Amino acid sequence: MNKLIVAVLIFGLTGSVNALSEGVKSNNGGVESLRGSAELDVTRGADKLKRVLKDREPIDRNYVHQPPVVPHQIRGYRIDLNSNKCLSCHGWKYARETGATKISPTHFETRDGMTLSDVSPRRYFCLQCHVPQVDGKPLVENEFKAVDSLTQY
Amino acid sequence: MKFIKNIWQALSTPSKAGVGLVLALGFAGGVIFWGGFNTALSLTNTEEFCIGCHEMNDNVYQEYRETIHYANRSGVRATCPDCHVPKDWTHKIIRKIAASKEVWGMLTGIIDTREKFVAHRKSMAMREWKRMKDNDSRECRNCHNFEYMDFSEQGSRSVKMHSSALASGKKTCIDCHKGIAHELPDMKGVPGWH
Repeated sequence: MNKLIVAVLIFGLTGSVNALSEGVKSNNGGVESLRGSAELDVTRGADKLKRVLKDREPIDRNYVHQPPVVPHQIRGYRIDLNSNKCLSCHGWKYARETGATKISPTHFETRDGMTLSDVSPRRYFCLQCHVPQVDGKPLVENEFKAVDSLTQY
Repeated sequence: MKFIKNIWQALSTPSKAGVGLVLALGFAGGVIFWGGFNTALSLTNTEEFCIGCHEMNDNVYQEYRETIHYANRSGVRATCPDCHVPKDWTHKIIRKIAASKEVWGMLTGIIDTREKFVAHRKSMAMREWKRMKDNDSRECRNCHNFEYMDFSEQGSRSVKMHSSALASGKKTCIDCHKGIAHELPDMKGVPGWH
């Protein structure tokens, strides 16, 4: 019985010492993120910027109503109160001439479903939904598959 | 009377040395004047001179610093005069004379606050777009020569436009490439914009 108590005490003590030394090693509460752990008092170096992919064919959608992603570079394309560079090609006025994908009629609708004569303010800021792509690897394994209706066999 | 006659005599029949001196002085003076003029002219053709006024430094220069002509992978830059002042002499002088109006604008403070600058941006931008349109984007083409564009190195969208609209001369650089170095004014009603 005495031996058992001693054994439990020793086990418990070494355990707490271990926990203590771990606590000393890292001051972030032991939280590890996908990009590695960082000490709270140290600024973690930034990852290398990934390059935006150059022009390519439209990228397939994975589900119905997915906002298509942007298959080209968009450096310097301003979208603000004064101008919207995206609409210089994707707007209905210019889409035929430029060969760009036309913005869908849903972009003209208010949230109540009323169709306006011009792009609805809530759909004006393209990059809220449509984003350019970089050549980045997934941080975690992903087995997502497109819905059947969008998959080619 | 005799005094005046003597002076006239001296002036109308100068000695050989006198003629030589006058010619030499004239030549030297001409060299100094022309050299000084060109030096002064090229001094006004630098970025430091352009951003010497806060109107340029606080507005257009700060906007330009985010763009490809300031920061890029190869470190080649186009500074203010590369785009805004013609390279060849005749056009440069014409532009320089026109720019005296900008000195007047600076003295009268027409854009001496951000608010005034933004309010005035459209008329200034349209003047510059018109200048570039009228000279077939000459200042762009000082570096970007269509003859040497390699379409196999360009993006598919660039090839499409450059091989049709630009090649046929139907459009010039500035028709599509507005706002590449500075922020844009309200583009409502400008061809090619929403």
